[in-house]
Amino acid sequence: MPKGIPLLQDYLTESATRLPEKIALVSQGQRYTYSELGARSNALAHTLRAGGVARGDRVVIFADNTVEAVVSFWGALKADAVVVMVNPLTKTDKLEYLLNDCRATALVSDHHIGRVFVPAATKSSHLKMTIVSGTTERMPGLPGFLTWNEALEGDRTAPPPYRNIDVDLASIIYTSGSTGEPKGVMLTHRNMLTAATSISTYLENTEDDVVLGVLPLAFDYGLYQMIMSFRMGARLVLERSFAFPGQVLSLMAQEKVTGFPGVPTIFATIAGLKSLGQYDLSAIRYVTNTAAALPVKHILMLRELFPRARIFSMYGLTECKRCTYLPPKDIDRKPESVGIAIPNTELWLVDVDGNKLGPNQVGQLVIRGATVMKGYWEKPEATAKKLKPGPLPGEMVLYTGDYCRLDDEGYLYFVARMDDVIKSRGEKVPPKEVENALVNIPGVRESAVIGVPDELLGQAVKAFVVLDPGVVLSEKDLQKECQRRLESFMVPKFIEVVGELPKTTTGKIKKTDLR
Amino acid sequence: MRAKLRKFIETNFYVAEGEPLPDDASLLDRGVVDSTGVLELIVFLQDEFKIEVADEEMVPANLDSIANLETYVSRKLASAKG
Repeated sequence: MPKGIPLLQDYLTESATRLPEKIALVSQGQRYTYSELGARSNALAHTLRAGGVARGDRVVIFADNTVEAVVSFWGALKADAVVVMVNPLTKTDKLEYLLNDCRATALVSDHHIGRVFVPAATKSSHLKMTIVSGTTERMPGLPGFLTWNEALEGDRTAPPPYRNIDVDLASIIYTSGSTGEPKGVMLTHRNMLTAATSISTYLENTEDDVVLGVLPLAFDYGLYQMIMSFRMGARLVLERSFAFPGQVLSLMAQEKVTGFPGVPTIFATIAGLKSLGQYDLSAIRYVTNTAAALPVKHILMLRELFPRARIFSMYGLTECKRCTYLPPKDIDRKPESVGIAIPNTELWLVDVDGNKLGPNQVGQLVIRGATVMKGYWEKPEATAKKLKPGPLPGEMVLYTGDYCRLDDEGYLYFVARMDDVIKSRGEKVPPKEVENALVNIPGVRESAVIGVPDELLGQAVKAFVVLDPGVVLSEKDLQKECQRRLESFMVPKFIEVVGELPKTTTGKIKKTDLR
Repeated sequence: MRAKLRKFIETNFYVAEGEPLPDDASLLDRGVVDSTGVLELIVFLQDEFKIEVADEEMVPANLDSIANLETYVSRKLASAKG
């Protein structure tokens, strides 16, 4: 490939050339250099090609935050494939839907979640390869089965020749919409390069940064921590989750982490620890937090927890990766603002007729820039609602579906979402998906799901349920049934069994009366 | 105690049917608990066994399987008595 033509995987290739012996990744007690990750991803790319993965094919990576997930991401890109990272908490039915929806030709996963992916993979009619880490034994019934070690037997010295250009897709990130059916956000190499460059610019990331990767790689906020680290030649300290906060904090102290990206749930957990002072977190240079409307309380808490760090309050959506960030210098002056457009993008607000609005008026946020997605995978109608013509011929801008206002200085304030998606633990929960799961439980007649404010979760999912006459189901019974059907973050924290739901004259459930 | 721990986990979290949860299976790996689940588990331990779970004790070696939980709670109870 001629130098200077940028594709996303060049971040790894160039860091591996420039800093071959530098530790790029710390994961589960192991340390990996850039050259090692480069070599492994080259090998995997050859294996994917040899197994029938063609340019533009989708490769699903269904994994925790592990070295295998990291290598697979870059390996799939080096094979000219489109990477689809899927949350390891996903249940079989949804995984099956995702595999079919994007017609994945390869699946990479780990043995320990075999009970989830095996039934989905064996039913898929498109899979040509299934690569499984964490086992040396054959797993019957899986198309094109290879163990992880077998998959790394390919040529490590260089990737296969590739033909992608920067307007080709690099990734599809599935996101939940209000209708409940997951939509695949299509992102090109250019989209992702632009977002990574923009964010690293305002965070002032350098090669010396040590970034904590505790958010799932399947979550774009988590994925970009890896992409940006590798872009800079920095170091990523990857953890599977924040379930054991003491363990993560020790690791952060030990590795002298400089960048701490989190979500409100994580920061609220930390604030509740009595022993926080025991951990030397003095290397932390910046903390980032993302939410639609970050409570001022959280900002103050972060200031107190990390007095020497710069606090970045940010807001965005997968469709353009990120909309805004609040420069740390403005955090005391405008703590309620979500800030200004990220570098190399611009924003404005429109009314219902699409007319641009001035300051202090509430309207829909529109984003313009090379970060804006190509659309939703094979969902032209949903795409048409979000992507509309921009100022230049042929250009598309993103209608976010979020209501905001701008102040006189051009700082943005989040007001409300147009849809009723709940944001819990940093994840999107479409009420419709939860309501459908509830109604599918035998004995449940109808249900309505809303978000209620919650200290730890941002918003907690609350369900109101009407049972069939004579049926007795407890809150716990219903939660258990939901757990069987939904990812755990979608399971209602509160369930109230009620006699009836408030309705409009046309018979629609009036959610405003439930709040 | 093992039965009490198992009962709490099986009632409050989702354990896949038809696939028994061995005492030494990682609760995190199996997707039985996640980060919020761990916090719920800690509240349960504190209420049920009247023990104080220190921050530095919130590690997989203590909390990530039924067997680890039992060992940990037994140790805490023994040290509280002694």
